[in-house]
Amino acid sequence: MLAFIIQRLLQAVVVMVAVGFIAFSLFNFVGDPVSLMLPPEATSADREEVRKSLGLDQPFYVQFGKFVANAMQGNFGISLRLGRPVSQLLIERLPATLELSMIAASLALLVGIPMGVYTALKRDSWLSRIILTLSLIGVSLPSFLIGIFLILIFAVWLGWLPSFGRGDTVNLGFWTTGFLTYTGLKALILPAITLGLFQMTLILRLVRSEMLEVLRTDYIKFARARGLTNNAVHFGHALKNTLVPVITIAGLQLGGIIAFAIITETVFQWPGMGLLFIQAVQFADIPVMAAYLCLIGLIFVLINLIVDMLYYVVDPRLRAERSGGGH
Amino acid sequence: MQDSLKRFFDGDVWWSFKQNPLVIGAAITAIICVIAAAFAPWLSPHNPFDLKTINLLDAFTPPSWIANGKSQFLFGTDDQGRDVLSTIMHGSRITLLVSICAVALSMTVGITLGLISGYVGGKLDAFIMRVADIQLSFPAILIALLIDGVARAAVGKEYHDQIAVYVLIFAIAASGWVQYARTVRGSTLVERNKEYVQAARVIGRSPLAIMFSHVLPNVTGPVLVLATLHVGTAILTEATLSFLGVGVPPTQPSLGTLIRIGNDFLFSGEWWITMFPGIALVVLVLSINLLGDWLRDALNPKLR
Repeated sequence: MLAFIIQRLLQAVVVMVAVGFIAFSLFNFVGDPVSLMLPPEATSADREEVRKSLGLDQPFYVQFGKFVANAMQGNFGISLRLGRPVSQLLIERLPATLELSMIAASLALLVGIPMGVYTALKRDSWLSRIILTLSLIGVSLPSFLIGIFLILIFAVWLGWLPSFGRGDTVNLGFWTTGFLTYTGLKALILPAITLGLFQMTLILRLVRSEMLEVLRTDYIKFARARGLTNNAVHFGHALKNTLVPVITIAGLQLGGIIAFAIITETVFQWPGMGLLFIQAVQFADIPVMAAYLCLIGLIFVLINLIVDMLYYVVDPRLRAERSGGGH
Repeated sequence: MQDSLKRFFDGDVWWSFKQNPLVIGAAITAIICVIAAAFAPWLSPHNPFDLKTINLLDAFTPPSWIANGKSQFLFGTDDQGRDVLSTIMHGSRITLLVSICAVALSMTVGITLGLISGYVGGKLDAFIMRVADIQLSFPAILIALLIDGVARAAVGKEYHDQIAVYVLIFAIAASGWVQYARTVRGSTLVERNKEYVQAARVIGRSPLAIMFSHVLPNVTGPVLVLATLHVGTAILTEATLSFLGVGVPPTQPSLGTLIRIGNDFLFSGEWWITMFPGIALVVLVLSINLLGDWLRDALNPKLR
């Protein structure tokens, strides 16, 4: 177990170094930071001066080391577009994105898993067919279109729900939440459905195919032969084994949700990190892009790490395989 | 050639196609979409990019079956008086062009790297697969966005508009090669120990020749399925990037750009400007996904 954890941690560090390196390259090789900071009439002596003061005359590895040290303290410089420290911008926006992602993820799991189980158990019922056809449409619908459709129906035609923003938020000091106000909760509904729907269809289809696979195995036949009730076989034996791969995918999807929030946030003008990032891409705001990349990288690595460990805990076969040095 | 055609029509793939009305419908829809897009300059009722034929007085005409609609604009017109149906046809053309080029590029790169990785093995294999693993842990859309942002910062705004289409193709391709590489590597690992490969090695063919003329034809089945499904994903990625305003420039609107433009008029009641391009996008992607799903099942006898 310890060796496995150490191996995974090392891998996580390698990924983070790679991400950090890409972010660092963004800073240094895309656009010249010196010319960004100086007026066009600056002399070459001025340039040298600034270059020295920024430490750009030092060897490559020293610069990279400094970048990593700064990044670890959350110091990514100042946004070119907004003129404020990047870390401060991200911290302000983080709660909005995380709240939206959490609600969307819970929605996807709480609706997706039961529907997947149902469609696997009642393969030929008409409801299953409808759910499956709808899920294929859900996979083919880009999330921005779902958002637009929902806005058109519930905000423009029916006028029930707001179409943009977060509503009123409550400031808890380190965290601004929309969970505590009526308008905040109302504003959350459409974006959360938009963001969660795609993941929901994915989880639904995954649970269904895994469940079908498991129901075919010998131990299920044996459980039936022992005369166990359908419920005991389905939920006691089959579902447990179905959920092992679902944990992995759901974990990875959580990262996907945070990244896909970029699109949902653009559609609904939700003031989160994704909206900040997309504006940074449009304006080539390198510090914000680099910082967002590092932050998302960190979130992804952490999620992967946790998922790997969970997987290891849940599936005893893996433990046996790992010790054999298999791939 | 005739023989192989005959074998195809006798085979199970064609048989399962004929048995499945949904798939036939999807194939017909996809073909209609592709033809309408490919021949848009000749087929579309209006030329939306010819300023002489556009009349601003026609702007915001609703679809023809609604009050105030005009019969020459079936799906109505947009804010500049352009016929929505025509812009959809021209837009699908750009969307399809970008996605098919992106799929071809990422297929080429992915297959090559997968073959090398699987056939050569060793440190090179480990390196390629680690890079693939790292990339796979990030969603494609994020990678595509990042590449686009970097290109924007590197070449400057005015120049970027000229090369935007190429950047977009590269961005979508770069985010998709991993799947091909992994699939091809997996099949290559199996194939390379088979007797025909050993025979080719014994008669002294070079590793490159073995990889491309012996192993490659035997690993293409799953690649075909991947490519079909990837076209669907690539169309969605293209539309999403264009919707976010980082795809093709507004001068050459793709479906995503059209939806974005129409989105601004959603609240003033002109829903058709965004809805029809959106529906066109869904129909296109849905029919391609249905075909891909069917192909995957048809080529995999285990699932039958």
